[in-house]
Amino acid sequence: MAILVIAEHDNAVLAAATLNTVAAAQRIGGDIHVLVAGAGCAAVAEAAAKIAGVAKVLVADEAAYAHRLAENVAPLIAKLASGYSHVLAPASTNGKNYLPRVAALLDVDQLSEIVAVESADTFKRPIYAGNAIATVQSSAPIKVITVRATAFDAAAGEGGSASIEALAGAGEAGKSRFVGEELAKSDRPELTSAKVVISGGRGLQSGENFQLLYALADKLGAAVGASRAAVDAGFAPNDMQVGQTGKIVAPDLYIAVGISGAIQHLAGMKDSKVIVAINKDAEAPIFQVADYGLVADLFEAVPELEKQL
Amino acid sequence: MKVLVAVKRVVDYNVKVRVKADHSGVDLANVKMSMNPFCEIAVEEAVRLKEKGIASEIVAVSVGPAQAQEQLRTALALGADRAILIETDEELGSLAVAKLLKAVVDQEQPQLVITGKQAIDSDNNQTGQMLAALTGYAQGTFASKVEVAGDKLKVVREIDGGLQTLELALPAIVTTDLRLNEPRYASLPNIMKAKKKPLETVKPADLGVSVASTLKVLKVEAPAERQAGIKVGSVAELVEKLKNEAKVI
Repeated sequence: MAILVIAEHDNAVLAAATLNTVAAAQRIGGDIHVLVAGAGCAAVAEAAAKIAGVAKVLVADEAAYAHRLAENVAPLIAKLASGYSHVLAPASTNGKNYLPRVAALLDVDQLSEIVAVESADTFKRPIYAGNAIATVQSSAPIKVITVRATAFDAAAGEGGSASIEALAGAGEAGKSRFVGEELAKSDRPELTSAKVVISGGRGLQSGENFQLLYALADKLGAAVGASRAAVDAGFAPNDMQVGQTGKIVAPDLYIAVGISGAIQHLAGMKDSKVIVAINKDAEAPIFQVADYGLVADLFEAVPELEKQL
Repeated sequence: MKVLVAVKRVVDYNVKVRVKADHSGVDLANVKMSMNPFCEIAVEEAVRLKEKGIASEIVAVSVGPAQAQEQLRTALALGADRAILIETDEELGSLAVAKLLKAVVDQEQPQLVITGKQAIDSDNNQTGQMLAALTGYAQGTFASKVEVAGDKLKVVREIDGGLQTLELALPAIVTTDLRLNEPRYASLPNIMKAKKKPLETVKPADLGVSVASTLKVLKVEAPAERQAGIKVGSVAELVEKLKNEAKVI
């Protein structure tokens, strides 16, 4: 039994979520191979070969995989998959995009966003936005699975010495073309992998006031998120949204500022290790999940917190 | 061009679901059901394409129990021209649903299929991508902007860290993300008119599709409850607790 893990990367750097996905594969048990599909991605393959517990790295390096377009990547993975018992990818927007296409090409059901491995064929996954946890058993000949990275402690990124093998690619499917991308440029850590996350809600009252959170974030080396209410109000872009319909985060420290705590927001952050809530409404539901609650005007408390750190 | 929109009947997004005592699933008895929010966005996008003169006909399709006719009537009231219900009382997996939709695509030959990115009950986020695989069409998932330009489709996608723009060959599958549009409400006259629009019902067997699944839900549990902690009196106390008690800063 061998497990194929699909690496998440940007052709230059191996994304941390790959390490969490390898950790999930280790829980299943078996030889672990990592596929790096990209263009000019040799550095990523070398990084993948150093992950503890990885036996082999397969590299498909060609222009068709430069942006991991599902139409191009899915046939490559499906062709490889027949030699494996499990195919795992991080539940990133990339993994969510291409992996169901792989599953359908293989004519197997997929398990999405597992948060625990019970055995080689049984997994736990959240449903109803995390309001219920289903234990699901799969009898599929190849188990195709996306992994919620925050639910698994990362495998060590150093210490491994896997062999690297080049693969012939399957070329362009000719159905889709990459036009461009706009990535938010930031010196702050990425939201889903940050150790500390500070999120703002409607209580911030404006987009400009998010500067308060950025100042605090810079002190703590934190990422900044937002509630859906703040996104809907135009205070923050959608890719900052933490919640059921946005990003799922589980940092060591989550600071919710001016967030009331709607179910949909809690679904995205309630697995954080320590939760701090700052809100002037003592009755806000966020206090029911917070380890430390501070009933205060955020416009006074946040600058003071920044000063005291 | 013809546009096919898939809609799913799910528990209303405002309902806090409860797990059944026997752990066999969540309790859906007497719970308000609605159209999946991402499917509402899909219907709205199709209607806007029709208003722009790009879409010529909108066919709404649902896979579900007889009551899913309600959600199809809603789609008709919002602007779909006709509807197809693939009726089944079984809870089907995404692959089975994708196979059923593929059979409808084969019959209807739409140029564009729009689905929600995920349903808020099973949270699978699979059906659109699987349908794209089965039809061999291009996929524009998590779309925040869709533009038809000749025989191509320009799709702006919500990806980790920002936005990505793709150009897809038509026919194509699009799955909707939250920012694609803000769905309208159905007006009363349109709700009345929708009652007269055609709604056809077929069974999975009529489409020659096997809906067997390899996934078995062994149990469904409530997530671990988080206990409320303490209230601190000041910023200084908060900093002290975070440093010395929680040791996270």
